[in-house]
Order: sequence, then structure tokens, then C-alpha cells
Amino acid sequence: MKKYHCDVVVVGGGPGGSMAAKYCARGGLDTIMIEKKAEIGAPLRCAEGVSKKWLEEVDITPDPAWISTDMKGAIIRSPSGHTFKLDESQAGNEVGYVLERHLFDKHLAQEAGRAGARIMMRTAARGVIRDKAGKLIGIKAESMGEPIEIYAKCVVAADGFESQVGRWAGMDTSLDQADILTCAQYRMSGIDIEDEYCEFIIGGAAPGGYLWIFPKGNGMANVGLGILATKLKGGKTPIDYLNEYIAKDPRLSEGTVTEISSGMVSGCPGLDETVGDNIILVGDAARIIDPLTGGGICHACRTGMYAGKVLTECNKTGDFSKEALKPYEKMWRDRMEDKLIRNYMAKERFATVDNDTLDDLVLMIQDSDISEVNVWNLLKVVKEKYPELVEGFEDLI
Amino acid sequence: MIVNYGKCLHCGGCVGACPQNAIYLNDYILEFNEDCNNCGRCVKLCPVGALRREGKK
Ligand SMILES: Cc1cc2nc3c(=O)[nH]c(=O)nc-3n(C[C@H](O)[C@H](O)[C@H](O)COP(=O)(O)OP(=O)(O)OC[C@H]3O[C@@H](n4cnc5c(N)ncnc54)[C@H](O)[C@@H]3O)c2cc1C
Ligand code: SF4
Ligand code: SF4
Repeated sequence: MKKYHCDVVVVGGGPGGSMAAKYCARGGLDTIMIEKKAEIGAPLRCAEGVSKKWLEEVDITPDPAWISTDMKGAIIRSPSGHTFKLDESQAGNEVGYVLERHLFDKHLAQEAGRAGARIMMRTAARGVIRDKAGKLIGIKAESMGEPIEIYAKCVVAADGFESQVGRWAGMDTSLDQADILTCAQYRMSGIDIEDEYCEFIIGGAAPGGYLWIFPKGNGMANVGLGILATKLKGGKTPIDYLNEYIAKDPRLSEGTVTEISSGMVSGCPGLDETVGDNIILVGDAARIIDPLTGGGICHACRTGMYAGKVLTECNKTGDFSKEALKPYEKMWRDRMEDKLIRNYMAKERFATVDNDTLDDLVLMIQDSDISEVNVWNLLKVVKEKYPELVEGFEDLI
Repeated sequence: MIVNYGKCLHCGGCVGACPQNAIYLNDYILEFNEDCNNCGRCVKLCPVGALRREGKK
């Protein structure tokens, strides 16, 4: 059996893995990144919407090569069709891009390669390797159909929602049903939508989640939805909900579907523990994703970068113990945890609101004259009529 | 577990949602191991309804 030796092995070639590999390699670590699939960034399992502000933070320069649409704003649509339109001027950093993920993800992997990381495609982790004392010393994998072993001082689990590497290493990444959203999406063309606005349809169309229409230009869009697992009833699946909605929205019902995708996202504010001895979890594998929006590209990039930086430091002393990896835990929590918790609470509350109240909320916001739309201002409007909905949030904002 | 491969989109959702870590997505094939306790969560959550329990319609 072929054996490889390196400082760090990164499992998964999504945004989290590529960013981790890049920052490890840049920090002088001998880095191998493995990816199960035959192509990075494909097939699509994403609505591809991101805000703009964080890109700079992780040193990614926006490039038209992987940007599909530059958004002007967002539209929120209530169950009975009331809309509230957010323009760039009011939306602040909430406005963003719709990406071409198959190109964006490849770009990040190429950057990792350029920094010196070795990438092994069609190589899937199948388990972990421990020495006699029980210390984690690498992973077992299958590469182009052959079993291999990769020995490393530390494993970065960047294997996305599947999140098996952490569990094989004895960490608990399991989710409650109340923290899982199950999603289906079509790439549609020939539809009658506003090409520069992301649309969010809330309420019964996607119980506990929302339905999105994220434009890709020229009457094309990602049209999909995520449903809270606990709200699935009577054998009805997300794809059934999606078909039902499309059939009754005249803007979409005549469109053409050219791609079907599915997937799941977690809706918790991140795992309680994201490091262990000789292992670090990033991105979706660590369940670090916005629980309200299901947006996780930016979280994967940030946590990947933080992991690479912390591992670079650890390599100076050769100590990759859980204790030595703790700065990673602190870095992502300091940067993101408050917002993750706030949005988690919002998601929980939101799931209890009925369609009539949602209609009323959108109408109220439509009628209010908030000049700058942000969570704080929206909550203020909501509080006037529905104080119970915002109760407990005030100190988190 | 019975997989309808005509429906399955190999998204790996069931893998990550399984409380027992009993599923592995091997390219286009789902492998279920002995840790499966038949809780039915994967069946319920699959976005396209590709799974069903043995003996059930
Ligand atoms: C339907 C849907 C819509 C979404 N829409 C958005 C959106 O609009 N905006 C947004 O920001 N986020 C969105 N997300 C979330 C976003 O896709 C993820 O948060 C993001 O991809 C996380 O990046 P990651 O690197 O952690 O994991 P991933 O991108 O999932 O990458 C993990 C990689 O690991 C590989 N892998 C898995 N197991 C193994 C193994 N055993 N061995 C080797 N490789 C392995 C996988 O093949 C995959 O390439 C959406 C998710 C879904 C499901
Ligand atoms: S969740 Fe459904 S579509 Fe996705 S891999 Fe599992 S069985 Fe296939
Ligand atoms: S039935 Fe439950 S334990 Fe078995 S594979 Fe499905 S989710 Fe996992």
C-alpha cells in the first residue's frame, strides 16, 4: 500500500479545505489536500449567494471570472405575495454577488496549489489512523480506487455537511433534527424575474426555512428552498414543495429546468468543540454556517484561513494537541459567534410564526420608513406590534 | 435501506444527517453499515425521497 507523509492533511476540497490548505502551505507546512470527487466545485449544491464585505477579510479579490451577478438589492416576499424591496443604499453589506461556484471553488483550490499544497483528486478519506497509544496520526483513504495511507501531524476535517472525518476521530458532530434544513434546487432559465435582485420567499412555501430565487443573468436563476426537518410532514419532500411553488408562480411556471440539485445545511450556531488532539474542523464540517440564511461560504473561508494560521504557529513548537489548537476555537468564536447565536435564535423564533403574521410583518416593514435596513432597525419596527417576537434579542443586537 | 438510484442525486445529505454515522457515499453508491439502527431519519429527510426502509413501500 502506498504511504504518504506530510505535516497536514486536509480532507475536502471545498472553500474551507482550500483556504486551510493555502494558509498551511503558505506557513511552510508540507500540505496535502484530498478531494473525493473528480471535479472541485461540481456538481452544484449551493444557491451561490454571498455578501461582499468578507471577501477582503480573507484576502480574496473579486474576479468577474467567478462572479455571475452583481446584486443591486433583495426582495422579501410574504406568503400572500406582499413584497419588501431592499436597495443597495439601504441594505448595506447585505447586498452581494451570485457566484459561479464551480469556478470560485476551483480558483481557491488553484490558489492553494500555488501556495505549495499538493492536491489529490478522486481521493476519499475512509477512516483515521491511530498509533498504539491512540494518538491520531493520519487517515486511511482510497485514491483512484487504491487504498492508501496519509500520515500527518494534524488532520483538517473540511468534508462539508457529510462531516464524517470528525466523527471517525471521535468528535461529536451529530445534529438534532431541529437543526437540519433539507434543500432542493433547480437551475431555471426563461423565467420572468428581476435580474439584479435576490428574492427570499418566506412562509408556507418552505416551512421553517425559505425559498430563494438567486438570479444568474438573462432570465436564469437558482430557484430552490430549504425546509426545517421537523416541519416535514406526511412524506412530502423538499422537491415536492419546490414543484408546487413553481407551478403556482406564473413568473416561474413556464421556465426550463437545466439542473437539479439537493443538499442539506445545518442550522445550529457551530459545534461546541471544533478541535481535538491532532484534528481541527472547519466550515460546514464544524457546523459553522449562518443558521438563519444557510450561508456558509464565507464561514468556510474564514475558518479555513484561521485553521491554516493556527497550524502554522503549532508547527513552530511541533505541538498539535487540542490545547495547542485552542487559539483556532477562540479566533472563529470571537469573530462570528455572537451573530451565529443571534441568527440561531431568530431562526428558532421565526419557525413559530404563522403565515398571517409573516404577511403582516412584511406589510409593516413595507409601510415603515426605515432609511437604513439592518437587523436592528427591522427589529425595532417589529417590536412595536409584536414585542413577543423580539423578546430576548435586545442585548444580542 | 433501499436506495432508488433513479432519484438519488448523491448529495451526501443523508450521510451528514445520520445520527449513527452509518452511511458512506462511495461515488454514486450509498453504503450502509451495521451501526444503522433503522431510525428512519435519512428516509424522512432525503430532499428527493430516494430512500425507503426494507419491507416498506
Ligand atoms: C442547497 C444549498 C444552497 C446553499 N446556498 C448557499 C448560498 O447561497 N450562500 C452560501 O454562502 N452558502 C450556501 N450554502 C452552504 C454552502 O454551500 C456551504 O456552507 C459551503 O460549501 C461550505 O464549504 P465547506 O468547504 O465547508 O464544504 P463543502 O463546500 O461542502 O466541501 C466539502 C468537500 O469535501 C469533499 N468530501 C466529503 N467527504 C470527503 C471524504 N471522505 N474524502 C475526501 N473529500 C471529501 C466533498 O466532495 C466536498 O467537495 C448552500 C448549501 C446548500 C446545500
Ligand atoms: S440525501 Fe437522498 S439524494 Fe442525497 S445522497 Fe442521500 S439518498 Fe441520495
Ligand atoms: S435509518 Fe437512521 S441510523 Fe439508519 S442510516 Fe438512516 S439515519 Fe442512519
